[in-house]
Amino acid sequence: MLAFIARRLLQSLFALFVMSLLVFVGVYAIGNPIDILINPQADQAEIAAVTAALGLDQPLWVQYWTFLQSALRGDLGKSFVANVPAIQLILNRMPATIELAAASMVIAVVLGIPLGLLAGLRPDSWVGRTIMAGSILGFSLPTFWVGLMLIMVFSVHLGWLPTTGRGPTVDVLGFPISILSWEGIRHVLLPSTNLALFKLSLLIRLTRAGTREALAQDYVRFARAKGLSMRRVVSVHVLKNIMIPIVTVVGLEFGSVIAFAIVTETIFAWPGMGKLLIDSINVLDRPVIVAYLLIIVLMFIVINLVVDVLYSVLDPRVRVAGARP
Amino acid sequence: MKRLLAAFSSALLIGMAPAAVAAELTIALGADVTSIDPHFHNLTPNNNIADHIFDKLVSKDAQSRLQPGLAESWRAIDENTWEFKLRRGVRFHDGSEFTAADVVFTLDRIPNVPNSPSPFTTYSKQITEKIVVDPYTVRLKTATPYPLMPTDMSTITIVSSQAAKGATTADFNSGKAAVGTGPFRFVRYAAGDRIELARNDHYWGPKPAWERVSFRLITSDPTRVAALLAGSVRAIENVPTADLAKIAKSPELSLYRVVSNRVMYLHLDSNRDRSPFVTDKAGKPLEKNPLRDVRVRRAISKAINRQALVERVMEGAAVPTGQLMPEGLFGYHPALKPEAFDPEGARKLLAEAGYPDGFGLTLHAPNNRYVNDEQIAQAIAQMLSRVGIATRVDAMPASVFFSRGSKLEFSFLLVGWGSETGEASSPLKALLATFNRDKGMGAANRGRYSNPKMDAVLEQALAMVDDAKRERLLQQATEIAMADLGIITLYHQVNLWATRKGVAYTARNDERTFAHEFRPQ
Repeated sequence: MLAFIARRLLQSLFALFVMSLLVFVGVYAIGNPIDILINPQADQAEIAAVTAALGLDQPLWVQYWTFLQSALRGDLGKSFVANVPAIQLILNRMPATIELAAASMVIAVVLGIPLGLLAGLRPDSWVGRTIMAGSILGFSLPTFWVGLMLIMVFSVHLGWLPTTGRGPTVDVLGFPISILSWEGIRHVLLPSTNLALFKLSLLIRLTRAGTREALAQDYVRFARAKGLSMRRVVSVHVLKNIMIPIVTVVGLEFGSVIAFAIVTETIFAWPGMGKLLIDSINVLDRPVIVAYLLIIVLMFIVINLVVDVLYSVLDPRVRVAGARP
Repeated sequence: MKRLLAAFSSALLIGMAPAAVAAELTIALGADVTSIDPHFHNLTPNNNIADHIFDKLVSKDAQSRLQPGLAESWRAIDENTWEFKLRRGVRFHDGSEFTAADVVFTLDRIPNVPNSPSPFTTYSKQITEKIVVDPYTVRLKTATPYPLMPTDMSTITIVSSQAAKGATTADFNSGKAAVGTGPFRFVRYAAGDRIELARNDHYWGPKPAWERVSFRLITSDPTRVAALLAGSVRAIENVPTADLAKIAKSPELSLYRVVSNRVMYLHLDSNRDRSPFVTDKAGKPLEKNPLRDVRVRRAISKAINRQALVERVMEGAAVPTGQLMPEGLFGYHPALKPEAFDPEGARKLLAEAGYPDGFGLTLHAPNNRYVNDEQIAQAIAQMLSRVGIATRVDAMPASVFFSRGSKLEFSFLLVGWGSETGEASSPLKALLATFNRDKGMGAANRGRYSNPKMDAVLEQALAMVDDAKRERLLQQATEIAMADLGIITLYHQVNLWATRKGVAYTARNDERTFAHEFRPQ
């Protein structure tokens, strides 16, 4: 097991290196950050001075080499617009995003798996059909539109929930957390619902398909013939067998929710890191873009690793390679 | 007794309610504030917040006219020296007194803010020497006569020489160094979320009506409007034009508008013999660049229906113009009117210039920088196509647009210019003066327009200390550049704010959203 994890981490170093190179070349190709950062009233001498001060007058490979050297020391550079280390900027915003992502995954899992089971057990009833029709809507409605509709209905017309932003935070182990208070939950409800909608639909369909497949299997029929109640068959045998694809998807989707909650964060003015990324791209704040994507790559690597390990726990037949004694 | 008590308590409630409501104000801003350090990045949203916490020697009123700030008066004591008399008895938020030492400290700090992507040196580099005559008198010397010194001092916020000594940007963001003399004290900055301020009860000027102010950063337009409609904020800036009609009709809301000093214009490649995006109608590059011919530029100007742009695309939130400054600002020329819409005249001019069938052109525009920028470009392209200039629009994010524009990759581009100084020398110097690296002229002249006569008049104006004479020279320079159509001016944007009933605002033409200029109604 340890050798497996070590090999995985080594591979991930290579992925990080390739990623940083790609982002560097990509941002360089888009344009010169100075042209958008500097106040238009500045004259040529000032533009040249700023370009030199930020090291942007150097050839690309020199800039990349400088970056690599400090990156190896753990320094990914300072944000051009905020003048604080890019990593710190991202980590400051991360709790908000993780909170939002966690809330939306909870909504997706708590509603998605039971609804999917229901739809799988009664595929032809009106309940099953309604659930499936709803999941199609969840897939196909654009996030930004649903977000605005949620705001218009629940905040503007009904006045039940706050329009935007994050509730008051309390520090837990040094991280600012907002969902421990009622006010914080009120704030997170709309954005997390908006973010959950797509995942919810995905989970419903996945669970339904898995359930239908499992119900036709011999072990289910055998269990029924043995006289086990349907309730026990579903909750123990069926559920356990359909969990593997669901765990994979939940894991990967959790990563993508954290990494790409951009639209929801922008619409709900949620001070997370997705909004930071889009703002940074708009002003070509290269250190932040690079650091962000590196963190995301790292996060996906870790999530994949966790999912692999979870498999072996869920299914005794799966053994992670290299774990043999 | 019970009834009496009830009457008493309700009277108390009535008496207290407005006060409690009035004490706090929540405003939604439309752009991100990236730092509290007032000298780190010369960026309007950052400057806007800095103006609450800090003061300047010279302040500007809602029409961008200079007003006494931390300096009570100023005058040029000789050709190359400006003297500022400082206000006495002004205290920083930490209780220390404001003196000439803070002014010198600030001016020394400006060129030394590490990693600044846009320093304020634009406004301090002319100063060759700073002399403290006494704690309430500062003299600033320049190498050559420099009339814009008071204007420049209206852009630089004065920090405390004690609190900001050796301070980093992080020290300002945490509030440790964010100690100014301004109408509000710094309370909290949550990046990407909000900025909270509290009233400075010892402010030297008129006291703000609000004890606490919270600026929420809501960059998405529809969300900002929704927050106002739901009452989670009581005022918003940058009202999207699409929502103007709805807000104007609502009895719950009020709109505040003022003509901005931002002018939207078209820059044309009027210099090169061949231009990359000028083609014949089949798309083949033209040997000769028609944009060099003033008749062609005039034809383009005549083909544009500015009134239609303003009414249809901008929903009335703009004013057609034929020059750089809006009425009422320094350097406005009363005789220069917006070009009349005249497609017939445009066709005639094109024929005269040797292009009776027109030619092909690409209009490059940003799509996330100015109000309705891409739609404006599309509308202009259609108007030009109608007189025979087959125009294609290529819109792109500002981050790509300005890089490519400054590398002269375009032939014809839609840009905007907000004059930070609030007078005409700013656009004349940057957009229309002949590009000259050594003199620092024409830095944003992306069409490389050049007229030595205009340069000479402008140079004279930039050294003329007498205000009246300088204004005449600026008008004269504007007249020359507009006659040449060095740029084709379209309209001035209108700045828009919306509030919930009970809050009123004094709309400012410099796009600033000042909490201290909101008042309960």
